[in-house]
Amino acid sequence: MEVSLQPAAHTTGRLRDRLSFRDFGRKWKNRGMRLLLLVMAIAAIAPLLSVFIYVFQQGGSSLNWSFFSEVPVPVGETGGGMLNAWVGTVTIVLMASVVGIPWGIAAGIYLSEYGKGKLGNVLRFATDILTSVPSIIIGLFAYAIIVVPLKRFSAHAGAAALAVIMVPFVTRTTEELLKLVPNHVREAGLALGLPRWKVVLWIVLRGSAGGIMTGVMLAVARVAGETAPLLFTAFGNRFLSLSLDQPMATLPVQIYTYAISPYEEWHRQAWAGAFVLVIFVFTLNLFTRLIMARRR
Amino acid sequence: MANPILETKEVSAWFGKHQAVRGISFSAEPNTINAMIGPSGCGKSTFLRCLNRLHEEVEGARVEGSVLLSKEDIYGQGVDPVAVRRRIGMVFQKPNPFPSMSVFDNVAAGLRLAGIHKRSVLAEVVERSLVQAALWEEVKDKLKQPGTSLSGGQQQRLCIARALAVNPPVLLMDEPTSALDPISTAKIEELLVNLKNDVTIVIVTHNMQQAARISDQTCFFLTGELVEAGETSRIFTNPQDTRTEQYITGRFG
Ligand SMILES: Nc1ncnc2c1ncn2[C@@H]1O[C@H](COP(=O)(O)OP(=O)(O)O)[C@@H](O)[C@H]1O
Ligand SMILES: [Mg+2]
Repeated sequence: MEVSLQPAAHTTGRLRDRLSFRDFGRKWKNRGMRLLLLVMAIAAIAPLLSVFIYVFQQGGSSLNWSFFSEVPVPVGETGGGMLNAWVGTVTIVLMASVVGIPWGIAAGIYLSEYGKGKLGNVLRFATDILTSVPSIIIGLFAYAIIVVPLKRFSAHAGAAALAVIMVPFVTRTTEELLKLVPNHVREAGLALGLPRWKVVLWIVLRGSAGGIMTGVMLAVARVAGETAPLLFTAFGNRFLSLSLDQPMATLPVQIYTYAISPYEEWHRQAWAGAFVLVIFVFTLNLFTRLIMARRR
Repeated sequence: MANPILETKEVSAWFGKHQAVRGISFSAEPNTINAMIGPSGCGKSTFLRCLNRLHEEVEGARVEGSVLLSKEDIYGQGVDPVAVRRRIGMVFQKPNPFPSMSVFDNVAAGLRLAGIHKRSVLAEVVERSLVQAALWEEVKDKLKQPGTSLSGGQQQRLCIARALAVNPPVLLMDEPTSALDPISTAKIEELLVNLKNDVTIVIVTHNMQQAARISDQTCFFLTGELVEAGETSRIFTNPQDTRTEQYITGRFG
């Protein structure tokens, strides 16, 4: 059958104009729109680039070996570093991860595999709300239930606050990724005589391990930079401390303290700290993406 | 019939309030291929999934009646559905190898589950199952590659090998070739006929020619009921029920 690309003869007037294939105006509108969107897209990444460049300019030159190997010196003296802060950040983030990651993954498995009923919906809703609660509120909560009763700021309290911030992110990522595994794959496992929990752990979870790891790393990177919830939980410490029940320094809080101080030397160190933090978060992101790319 | 390996008595199945299968009694002799034909939505898949207790995994689903595997009721009191499924293999419409598992691990999954971890035993059974599924020659150099990297037809034969690895006496298949090209379909039909020596096959098919080509017994389903069952050649040449005749001559469905 011949198919004509021209409008039928009986289509008249304006309708014919609309159906015409020779509409140059449309082509230009299309190009204009595309250009506009391109400009907006570039504008969106401009702040990111400027932050990178600025932090690099300010912090890169102040960065030296003693920044990593020494603790702060008393005001007035030059030198010293942030050994206490980066060790503190690593410790607290590690503690938060050890609790928050398995907890979040387990909750995500529940929501995806067993959470079809009312309880599942309630939990899902609660998780979504928790994701959008400002982190300072979580910090206040940790302050109220850990710091106040124990009458002491501590690394524990800081880690607890960060873990609570992590859990809903990890939960929702896990749930979303498990839901991508088609149901007939689960049925294949059941039909082979696997009990449901083994199907979930061996087949479904394993099949999405790569994606879940990405979500986990992004959650870790996110809490590594959190400041507000640590201000009144881990608090800060001028000395290197590894006692988990004592106040502990962290990079974000130390950057904050130094940045608002009146001392030139401390400002310099704050920029160096900011630079290290940005590099840390950036590396974590990049690393995750590289792993993902290799798995494909 | 002499000594059926699989026999159902008045099996009915529901999704919530909707009854999809209505009192089906059917039996399969050992070493035969049994085809289930009938228009879409007539309950073939649902009935098949009653035979390995997979139907009850759907939320709100329910089964009544009994299914005897070698004279033992798999719906009997105290029977563990998980144990039943280890003795009855199943292959689905869409090829569904386990994601992020190699070809080898896919086939070995059922054995590992049964507690067999000895490398030499696994290797032997994996090879035997892949040979049975007519896939060995094509994948013997790719055993470490992901199962999902194979072509659609190869994936389906991988799923057949996975089901065969645990040596089930009965193999259920739900339209195993409907997602495949004609060449892959022909390969699978050929291997099914060879498999008859080892297992009893119950296969749902949308394709009447396929039923006629490979099966020994054909069952015609309509709106959840088993209208007619009998020797395949008889069903296709001399159906007793007018609805069967109308269906196989292409007048509805
Ligand atoms: N998961 C389900 N939930 C509710 N109803 C279903 C479900 N699966 C199938 N059904 C219904 O059960 C009936 C039988 O379906 P099915 O066994 O899949 O038919 P067939 O395999 O013969 O095409 C149909 O009416 C279908 O709509
Ligand atoms: Mg079906």
